[in-house]
Amino acid sequence: MGDIRHEANAELPPLEVPDVMPPHAHGWWAKYVFSQDAKYIAVQYACTALAIGLVALVLSWLMRLQLGFPGVFDFITPEAYYQFITMHGMIMVIYLLTAIFLGGFGNYLIPLMVGARDMVFPFVNMLSYWIYLLAVLVLVASFFVPGGPTGAGWTLYPPQAILSGTPGGQQAGIVLMLVSLILFIIGFTMGGLNYVVTVLQARTRGMTMMRLPLTIWGIFTATVMALLAFPALFVACVMMLFDRLLGTSFFMPMLVEMGEKLSYGGGSPIAFQHLFWFFGHPEVYIVALPAFGIVSDLIAVHARKNIFGYRMMVWAIVIIGALSFVVWAHHMYVSGMHPWFGYFFATTTLIIAVPTAIKVYNWVLTLWRGDIHLTLPMLFALAFIVTFVNGGLTGLFLGNVVVDVPLSDTMFVVAHFHMVMGVAPIMVIFGAIYHWYPKITGRMLNEAMGQVHFWVTFLGAYAIFFPMHYVGLVGVPRRYYELGEPAFISTPVGGLNAFISVAALIVGAAQILFLFNLGWSLRHGRDAGSNPWRATSLEWQTPDTPPRHGNWGESLPLVYRWAYDYSVPGAAEDFIAQNDPVTPEPPGGRL
Amino acid sequence: MNIILAFLAVLVAIIGWWLSRQRLFSKPWLETGVPPMIAEASPVAPQKLGLGVFLAVIGGLFAMLGSAFVLQIDATPWQLVPLPRLVWINTGVLLSSSLFLQFAVTAAKQGEAQLLNWSLAAGALSTLAFLVGQITAWNMLTTSGYVLAGAPAASFFYLITGLHGLHILGGLVAMGAVWLRLARQPEPREAQAAVALCALYWHALLLIWILLLALFTGWGNEFLALCRSVLR
Repeated sequence: MGDIRHEANAELPPLEVPDVMPPHAHGWWAKYVFSQDAKYIAVQYACTALAIGLVALVLSWLMRLQLGFPGVFDFITPEAYYQFITMHGMIMVIYLLTAIFLGGFGNYLIPLMVGARDMVFPFVNMLSYWIYLLAVLVLVASFFVPGGPTGAGWTLYPPQAILSGTPGGQQAGIVLMLVSLILFIIGFTMGGLNYVVTVLQARTRGMTMMRLPLTIWGIFTATVMALLAFPALFVACVMMLFDRLLGTSFFMPMLVEMGEKLSYGGGSPIAFQHLFWFFGHPEVYIVALPAFGIVSDLIAVHARKNIFGYRMMVWAIVIIGALSFVVWAHHMYVSGMHPWFGYFFATTTLIIAVPTAIKVYNWVLTLWRGDIHLTLPMLFALAFIVTFVNGGLTGLFLGNVVVDVPLSDTMFVVAHFHMVMGVAPIMVIFGAIYHWYPKITGRMLNEAMGQVHFWVTFLGAYAIFFPMHYVGLVGVPRRYYELGEPAFISTPVGGLNAFISVAALIVGAAQILFLFNLGWSLRHGRDAGSNPWRATSLEWQTPDTPPRHGNWGESLPLVYRWAYDYSVPGAAEDFIAQNDPVTPEPPGGRL
Repeated sequence: MNIILAFLAVLVAIIGWWLSRQRLFSKPWLETGVPPMIAEASPVAPQKLGLGVFLAVIGGLFAMLGSAFVLQIDATPWQLVPLPRLVWINTGVLLSSSLFLQFAVTAAKQGEAQLLNWSLAAGALSTLAFLVGQITAWNMLTTSGYVLAGAPAASFFYLITGLHGLHILGGLVAMGAVWLRLARQPEPREAQAAVALCALYWHALLLIWILLLALFTGWGNEFLALCRSVLR
C-alpha cells in the first residue's frame, strides 16, 4: 500500500468551485416539491420513473395475454396490441431506464460520491425534473385522447407512423408522443449539463478523476453520450412533427393510400432510421454504462475486495462510449443498405465486444476468492453478470449481417434485447435500490420480501426469455398480433407462448411486491445506521443519514485514497473509507 | 452522416486531450494522501464550462440537421433554394451583433457602464433586426413559390433557420436577464462574466449560421460529394 504518499501536512490544493452552502429552502413546497436539492430531485425522478414503469409493466402483461391466449381477451384488438407494444417499449427505454439511471441515481449519487454539497446549477436541475414530469404527463395524456396512443412501434418508423393505417397516426397519438420526447430531451439536457459540470468541477479535494467510484465514471460517460446522442432523436422528432402537422415531406416518399395519392413526396424514410439509430444505439450504452459502473461498486462492496483492474474498467467505459457512436447501422441490416456498409458496421459492432468482455472478466476476477456476501445487492449484481453475458452472446449472432437477416424479424431479437437491455439493467436498478435505500431513507429494505422478489424475478426472467429465443429460432415473427397456423413454422409454439405468458404474469406480480416493500420498509424497515454495508465511498461517510441539506455539515470531506480499499492487510477493519487519512502499515513491513 | 461524424471527431479530440491530462495511467490503488488537483492551473467558471457543454449539444443538434439535409440530397431530385439577397444582409447584421457584444465585454472589463449599456442595446437591436430579417426572407421565399410543404430543400431551409432563430431568441432572453441584473446593480465589472457568456453564445451561433449558409448555398456540396464518393 501507499507507494506514492502525498504528505498529510502538505498544503491543500484549492477547490475548483467555492464551498458555499446551497441556499436553504423556505416552506414545505420549496423543500419537498419544488426542491432544488439533488437528493429530493433524485427521489422525484425515481418515483416518477417507477410509476410510469408500472404502466409499461401492465402493458407487457396485456401483450403477453394476447400472445399466450389469442382470441380469449376481446378487448385486446390488433390496434390496441400495437399501442401496447409501442408504449411499453418507449416507456421502458426512455422514461424508465434513462430517467432512473441518470435522473435518479445520477442526481442522488454524483454530489455525494464526488464530495460536493449539491449540483452546480440547482435551479436548472429542478427545471429538469419538472420538464421530465411534463413529458411523462403528455405521454400519459395520449392514452386518453381520441384514437389512443400511437401504435407505430417504439422506433416510430415513417411513413407508417403518421399514416391513417397506424393507430394514432392521423390522430393526436403520434403528436403527443413526439412532443413528449422533445420535452424529455430538453429536460434531460438541463440535467445532463449539471451532471457533467458537477463531476468535472465540484469534486472535493483529493478526489481525482482516477479516484472516482466506477458508478460515477459510468454515469458521467453515459451523460456525455446522451448529450450528444439525444439531439439526433430531437431532430428526428421535430422533422416528423413537421411532416405530420405542417405537410412537409422530410421522411415521406410519394404515397398512395387506399387508391388515393397523398400530398407527400420526395422525402426519405431511411433518413429517419439513420437519425433514430444514431440516437438509438448509444442509448443502449447510455443505459448500460451506469449499470456497468454501479455493478462494479456493488460487487466490490459485497465481495469485500478491491475492483480488479480499475484502470482497465475506466478505459473500457470510455472506449465503449466512443465506439457506440459508430455502430448504429447494425439496426438497419435489413433496410437494403450497401453491403460494404453492413460489413463496416458488423466489424465495429463486434469490436465493442472486446472492452465489454474486459469488464465481464474483471467482475469475475473481482469475485474470485472474494469474501462474497450473498446480500440482495450482490444477488442482483450476479444476476446481472449472468444475464448480460447471455444477452451479449446472442448479440454476437445478431451483429453478423448474414445471421441477422433471417433472424431480424423474429422473436429471437425480442429475446436478445430484453435480456441485454431489459432484464440486465433492471437487475442493476434493483440491486442499486437495495444497496442505497438505507442511505436514502435510513432504513433497510425487508430482506424476506427482497429474497422472494429476487428469486421470482431472476428465475422468472429466464422462464420468459429463454424459451423466447427458441420461439424466434423456429421462425415466429415479432410484432404479430396473432400467429394463426402459418405454414412456415414447423413446430407448434402455442404451449410455449402460454408458458411464457404465465411466467410474465408471475414476474410482474413480484415487482408489485417490490414496490410494496419500498413503501413498507420506509416505516417498518430495520434501522440502517450510517454505513450498513461498511463501504468506503464518500456517500456512506456523511455526518447524517439520510444526508441533510448540503450533505457534509461544516466542512467538505478530504479524500485520501481511491474507493476500493477493502480487506487491506494490517487495517483495523476490512475497509478504509475514502476520507480516512490513516494508511495502515502492512504486516511484515513495506516492500 | 458525415457532418455529425466530423463534428463528433472534433469533440473526441477535445475529450481525448482532456482525458490525457487526467493521469489515466496512474495507479490509484498505490496512492494515498491529497494530491494537488490536476485542473487547478486553469479553473474555468462552472457557468462557462456549462455553456461550453451546452454549445457542444447545440453544435451536435445542427450537425445532425446538416447530416439529415445531406442524406436527403441522395434520396430526392435535389434543387437548392435560391436564397434571397436579404439573407446576406441578415448575415452581416448577425455579425455586427456579435461584434457589439464583444465591445460590451471590453466595456465591462474596463468598467465603462455607459458604453456597456449602449453596446448591449446595439447588440440586442441588431439581433432583433436579424430575426425580423429572417422572417422577411421566409415571406419572400414563400411568395416566390418555395413553400414549407414543398420540396424538401425548402422545408429544410425553414426548419433549420427556424431552429437557429429560436436559439437566438433564447440568447436574447438570457441577455435580458443580464441586463435586468445590470439595471439593479450598475457595476459593469461584476457583469463582465455574464456578458462574456452572452458574447460567446452569440459568436457560436454566428459560426453555426455561417456553416449553415455554406450548406444552403451549396458551397459545401462539392466537398460533400467527394466524401460520399469515398464512402460509396
